[in-house]
Amino acid sequence: MDWLYLYMPIAGMDILWPGLLLIGFSVGVIGGFFGMGGAWMVTPGLNILGFPMAFAIGTDIAHIAGKSMVSTMRHSKFGNVDYKLGFVMIIGTMVGIECGAQLIMYLERLGVVGGVVRWVYVVFLALIATMVFYDFYKAEQKKRAGIVEGEKGTEGITWYKTLHKIRIPPMVHFKAAGFTCSAWLPIMVSFATGALAGFLGIGGGLLRMPALVYLIGCPTHIAVGTDLFEVMISGLYGAFTYSMKGRIELVAVFVMLTGAAIGAQIGTVATKYAKGYGIRILFGCAVLACMVSIILKQYGFNNSAAVVVLGAISIISLYICVIMFRGAANELREKKAREAASRSY
Amino acid sequence: MMERAKKIAVGVAGLVTAVPSLVWAGGEKASQLVVVADTRVINNAFVKYIADLYNTNTLLFAVWAVVLTALYGAFLGFFMDFLMARTGLDLKSRKIIEH
Repeated sequence: MDWLYLYMPIAGMDILWPGLLLIGFSVGVIGGFFGMGGAWMVTPGLNILGFPMAFAIGTDIAHIAGKSMVSTMRHSKFGNVDYKLGFVMIIGTMVGIECGAQLIMYLERLGVVGGVVRWVYVVFLALIATMVFYDFYKAEQKKRAGIVEGEKGTEGITWYKTLHKIRIPPMVHFKAAGFTCSAWLPIMVSFATGALAGFLGIGGGLLRMPALVYLIGCPTHIAVGTDLFEVMISGLYGAFTYSMKGRIELVAVFVMLTGAAIGAQIGTVATKYAKGYGIRILFGCAVLACMVSIILKQYGFNNSAAVVVLGAISIISLYICVIMFRGAANELREKKAREAASRSY
Repeated sequence: MMERAKKIAVGVAGLVTAVPSLVWAGGEKASQLVVVADTRVINNAFVKYIADLYNTNTLLFAVWAVVLTALYGAFLGFFMDFLMARTGLDLKSRKIIEH
């Protein structure tokens, strides 16, 4: 069974390559569907494969950059990426990450960093999950009451409508996202999410995707595509800095990226067959799984935390595959029926 | 003016010193490890070149890491696009329905 193992030249050890491929595939499916990097999902998987942890973060970030590139290309064809919004947000994200990281260093000097970071992370994940499920509940109630706003259907939380009333120049029109707002809104929101990401030491997709939906007012599909574009840029930067520190295993990056490219197609195309709220609810479930795993880690149950994360990844990615294949089968069936009908005339 | 320049210089120096630690904000103290790739056991010429770079020229290694990741990502993106186009699915339009 030697052929199942691949030599990692930098780490100097053999790793089960189908395992790497599978991790890449699952994260590709989930990342393409939700519009996030998914670093929190990769580390426990690599840990179980026996991958040296010194290389885990850098390898993870580089593979996420490549995977986000594949997903962004696909989302772009659907018209799901608002590049103008993405570029405007990069400014806020970069400055925010630096500020968040400075805050971490200050806390480090006070000697309270570990516990504070984990609990802040848990609180934010709990808030996001609550917001997502409350939003769904509210939208469901509105739908039952027959209230339909706009052409995209019923919406629950519409905080962005209030924020769009802020008219500090320059006002910018975001064509793909379909709204006009003050440029300061996406800059400030991305600054806040960037600062939090820097503070928590994460990529930020978990925070940015809901922020794009609830605070900036992007339709869910555009939020997913635009966030992936952001993840791609920050991922490439992250890959460079971690490579400079020698914390990257390129062979593993390529193997994971191959799996992720296939998964990303499935995850991205699945968004075509899912309603915005379907994506939001599944996202909420992923956020909950991430939160539970962090709480378990905080109390030293590392194996249970890994089981929760890997279990959630398996279930969610399988469910997304079902959405994609069922939707694709329906589309092809309808297409055939249309062609048959046109031939009979 | 000199005072201001001094303040900016101190700020920049502080930032430059701080930046390496920023990246590790969420991680363990792995930055203290020194890892050297054992190139004696590598047969593949390209892999050996990369491993050698890792040991000797970190900057060039980092540039290669980013360039290769981006190139491979772009290649996979186009290749998958080529394959997906043959499935017969409409991959250029979608309806946005929130609920």
